[in-house]
Amino acid sequence: MADTRVTLCGIGLDNPVIPASGTFGFGYEFAEWYDIECLGSIALKGTTPEPRFGNEPPRIAETPAGMINAVGLQNPGVRRVIEQELPKLARCYHKPVIANISGFSIEDYEKTAAAFDGAAQVGWLEVNISCPNVHGGGMSFGTSPEQAAAVTRAVRAATKKPVIVKLSPNVTDIVAIARACEAAGADGLALINTLLGMRIDLKTRRPVVRNNMGGLSGPAVLPVALRMVYQVSHAVGIPVVGMGGVTTAEDVIEMMLAGATAVEVGAANLINPCACRDIINDLPRVMETYRIDALGDIIKGVKPWEKT
Amino acid sequence: MKQGVFEIVENKKEAGTVWKMRLVGDTSAITAPGQFVNIRIDGQFLRRPLSVCDVEGGELTLLYKVVGKGTAAMAAMRTGEKLDLLTGLGNGYDTAPAGENPLLIGGGVGVPPLYLLCRRLIAAGKQVTVILGFNTRDEVFYEQAFSALGARVLVTTVDGSYGQKGFVTDALAGLAYSYFYTCGPEPMLKAVYRAATTGGQFSFEERMGCGFGACMGCSCRTVTGYKRICREGPVLKKEEILWQTRA
Repeated sequence: MADTRVTLCGIGLDNPVIPASGTFGFGYEFAEWYDIECLGSIALKGTTPEPRFGNEPPRIAETPAGMINAVGLQNPGVRRVIEQELPKLARCYHKPVIANISGFSIEDYEKTAAAFDGAAQVGWLEVNISCPNVHGGGMSFGTSPEQAAAVTRAVRAATKKPVIVKLSPNVTDIVAIARACEAAGADGLALINTLLGMRIDLKTRRPVVRNNMGGLSGPAVLPVALRMVYQVSHAVGIPVVGMGGVTTAEDVIEMMLAGATAVEVGAANLINPCACRDIINDLPRVMETYRIDALGDIIKGVKPWEKT
Repeated sequence: MKQGVFEIVENKKEAGTVWKMRLVGDTSAITAPGQFVNIRIDGQFLRRPLSVCDVEGGELTLLYKVVGKGTAAMAAMRTGEKLDLLTGLGNGYDTAPAGENPLLIGGGVGVPPLYLLCRRLIAAGKQVTVILGFNTRDEVFYEQAFSALGARVLVTTVDGSYGQKGFVTDALAGLAYSYFYTCGPEPMLKAVYRAATTGGQFSFEERMGCGFGACMGCSCRTVTGYKRICREGPVLKKEEILWQTRA
């Protein structure tokens, strides 16, 4: 019997598969497609203190093996998320969920973290310091070790729940930022957010998305994500949630071998609304193929070649 | 909303670069004219959203214009091939406020969703007038199909090579109608908005990620708040549109 259980920052998951923030709404929307109770957890849509519309459309562009989005953190604000969205989710999902918080100042992060601290459904906070689609905030915290540490410290002080900091791949040294977050009290790290990208319409010579640039996701980014999860998980002592282009049960195993304790699935949900369920159903078969009895055993199981 | 596998029973050129595809599968999630399906195409990452032209029993008709790699791949598909579709997406047109003599205004690839709407309105005993606008004679399609339903059909072409020369709004001037429904390029929708004298409904197009409300990729501002074109749209009522916020 395949054992798919893992433990993330002290909380047990039935399996490591978690739909990624921004690709799964507040979860209940997907209950129309399948019984979402099978999910290991759910990372909720990124939430800010106040409601946000986000960027003007178009917000989406297609790329080879992926897509660019420039949504810009559209969300109803933390109060409505707690009062309206979480109760809707509670009717179809009964496990702890991951609240994803974002902001434009340290105070924004503190406020949102403190508000979610009282929400019993929320098991973890995922701190988004890496959104590439908002000016003057988001990613700027994620591109400097000092700023990343400052946000981490502030959120750590504002909540009793485990704090997982979501890192940007748009940096020269992700390991330095990961270490800064760990030193500032992060309980875990999540990576990668989207890679900053661009597409241009040949006819109009306009960028396809109104924000000019946006975040690249989908299978195109999987190798970059694997590399960064490998580097970071081998440099820190806290668990890493791996994500970036994961589409199949094989991808989940590969991400865990690289060093992920749990695995988020993003863009795949938009193409196949049942992607996470299909991956979970497929895990036992793939585990048997590769003679894996317990998924918890393979975290960081990659055997790197020795340097010659 | 449903995910299902559909089999192609016909795929042929209708006019110019517009193709007609008929498919068979579980159409039970399609409840209103103006809804759309989202099609998985091998080699393309994102699905392709296409409005439903007609649905009858388990048969679905799509009309699509070949504009890029996705639709080019569709045009190359053969009878018997299978496609993965998400069906029953979007709100669709509300036929309740139609009145006795509704007007349907379609431009180019905006024409297809009006066909099922027209069929439903005529079945409900309405006197339907349809204005179909195209650039030129070679692009005209479905004039006969609408006539066969029992609608009065007016065709306009921008270059005057067929029907009345000019835009759909030139044919609209002077017509009496109880309500209108429209779908087409956004400049045409804007012109219809200014020219129409009654209430009406507009179907919008937007680049989409998922097509079923998850990604917030197609949000727009309206008088009644933020709406997702794929979920609370693609059909918006005249009084809720905020043109100044659109690109």
